[in-house]
Amino acid sequence: MEILVCVKRVPDTAENEIEIKGDGTDIERDDLVYSVNEWDNYATEEAIQIRDNVGGSVTVVTVGDDEAEEVLRRQMAMGADKGILLSDDAFEGSDGRGIATILKAIVKKGSYDLILTGAQADDGAAQVGGMLAAMLDLPYASLVNKVDVGSGKTIKVGREIEGGNQEMSEIELPCVLSIQTGINEPRYVGIRGIRKVASVEIPTHGAGDLGLSADSVGTGAARVKRVDYFTPEMGAGAEILEGSIEEKIDKLIELLKAKGGLK
Amino acid sequence: MAQIFAYIAHKGGVVDDSAAELAVAARKIDAAAEVTAIVTGSGGDVDKACEGAAKLYAQVWKFNHADLAYPNAEIVRKLLTDVLPKDGIVLIPHDTFGMDLAPGLAIKLDSAYAPDVVGIDGMDGAVMKVVRQEFAGMAHAHVTCDTAAGAVLTLRPGSFQPENGAVSGSVTDKSGDIGDITAKRRFLEVVEAETGDVDITKADVLVSVGRGIEDQDNIGIAEELAEAMGAVVSCSRPIVDAKWLEKSRQVGTSGKTVKPKVYMALGISGSFQHLGGLKGSPFIVAVNKNPKAPIFQVADVGIVEDILEFMPALTEKLS
Ligand SMILES: Cc1cc2nc3c(=O)[nH]c(=O)nc-3n(C[C@H](O)[C@H](O)[C@H](O)COP(=O)(O)OP(=O)(O)OC[C@H]3O[C@@H](n4cnc5c(N)ncnc54)[C@H](O)[C@@H]3O)c2cc1C
Repeated sequence: MEILVCVKRVPDTAENEIEIKGDGTDIERDDLVYSVNEWDNYATEEAIQIRDNVGGSVTVVTVGDDEAEEVLRRQMAMGADKGILLSDDAFEGSDGRGIATILKAIVKKGSYDLILTGAQADDGAAQVGGMLAAMLDLPYASLVNKVDVGSGKTIKVGREIEGGNQEMSEIELPCVLSIQTGINEPRYVGIRGIRKVASVEIPTHGAGDLGLSADSVGTGAARVKRVDYFTPEMGAGAEILEGSIEEKIDKLIELLKAKGGLK
Repeated sequence: MAQIFAYIAHKGGVVDDSAAELAVAARKIDAAAEVTAIVTGSGGDVDKACEGAAKLYAQVWKFNHADLAYPNAEIVRKLLTDVLPKDGIVLIPHDTFGMDLAPGLAIKLDSAYAPDVVGIDGMDGAVMKVVRQEFAGMAHAHVTCDTAAGAVLTLRPGSFQPENGAVSGSVTDKSGDIGDITAKRRFLEVVEAETGDVDITKADVLVSVGRGIEDQDNIGIAEELAEAMGAVVSCSRPIVDAKWLEKSRQVGTSGKTVKPKVYMALGISGSFQHLGGLKGSPFIVAVNKNPKAPIFQVADVGIVEDILEFMPALTEKLS
């Protein structure tokens, strides 16, 4: 089975406090810790496990700048066979449709049975997989938390729906799946693993190689655009307890007693 | 002004809360719009759902077909692509079905797509101004969406307060317009989530831990605190993904809906999927080392501390 996994380099929200720049044009990026999007890690792991079971290869692809190469190497250290970087100034400012358009072009250059994305990334949009599938006219399932690959032309997938219930479907290959966290346990990659793939050649394609006209991607083509980041005016918010940790605990215990939070 | 449509989610004919929220969102786009509700389904269910939708929308389009009995996004997408005008504005709830349907629908209608919208600021010509969140709710963004060639929006559940006041809309049976809805993805069954050894939905007090617990070995610290408080341990999703606690202890849209009196959110950032599982206005105590964590916006009491120091100290004080 030939598998393509689409991944993204994102600020690690578990590691960073996100601060908005004074003029709202961006978040403060100087001291951010970046990593591979959490959902993509599960997608890569799933692809590797499928390949190990039924044979084939795993290719990871990302749309990004030169620094995005590090997430490709990380996924290759996990066990992906190949990496492809899609990078061009013309891609900047693309909306979800723009990113899906770029990915469609690389899909068309290969021959994949299965295309995986993460269910969502740092913008919480959860859009690229579904858009890519529709552009390619391939069947799609989102929020996939189970993949059963047999020998036939269809596979069985589970989607996670409300309440943690699982919706089982049969889906024809080739198809696009967006992967939900928890589907597997992504393997750990150490420094040594990354070193091993440090010198592997990663081909880079720009708009020209992909046959993309500049007006189909990037800011010019985007119909959905971020104007600025802002901090909304919130309601009162929580009463923040001040003082030493002991003082906070004493105050909290009083409050908990009043609210029936203690036996 | 473009025509506005709202996709009505329903279960067994009972319309979802999102149906009323979409109606409110539509009025924010165009206060005068006659919004059309789209109801798909089969048999008695779809009739009942249409009745529910007609209390919220002036016009209801009914699509009744055996293959629509269970909402399969591919089938519904094909149907909507056939029956909707290309330049309309289509509102869909940002739930697991909406996430499955909407991105592909936007492509097939060649419309702009604005996902997970939490606010609508109105129209400026054909440009809609909406509010979204990024970075796990840690930043808000003003976003423009060019609707000139149509737009599909998914709206975050709970973001638009439903208004009172029922209408009595008319239902039009459009089932005759259903074309080819064969799909390459076929629904098989729903497997219900497993029930665990404890029922967190019955607990009055929950000690709930999130990714801030950092390590499986620290789960015991939360268990000790729960013991001292007479509470039950619950958690956010990453703890279940890591297999540190069972799925039955997960609070949120893809976990359990809980209604405790007191909810201790410890090292939980406060994502909308997590908070979606919290009902009945509990007294929320948030402990987080990041003073800007979104959880402090919804909590009653906030404590900025490291939970790995705070929890043992609280346990000790209580024992
Ligand atoms: C379709 C879908 C369904 C989902 N369903 C659910 C669901 O049902 N339930 C759910 O919970 N999530 C769900 N999620 C995931 C959700 O989007 C968030 O990723 C998740 O809720 C984050 O969990 P968290 O708050 O524990 O982790 P994070 O967001 O990583 O937050 C960890 C917090 O801990 C704080 N922290 C770290 N270390 C410490 C410390 N030592 N002391 C104090 N504070 C510390 C950090 O400042 C941060 O605020 C779903 C996502 C999707 C896409």
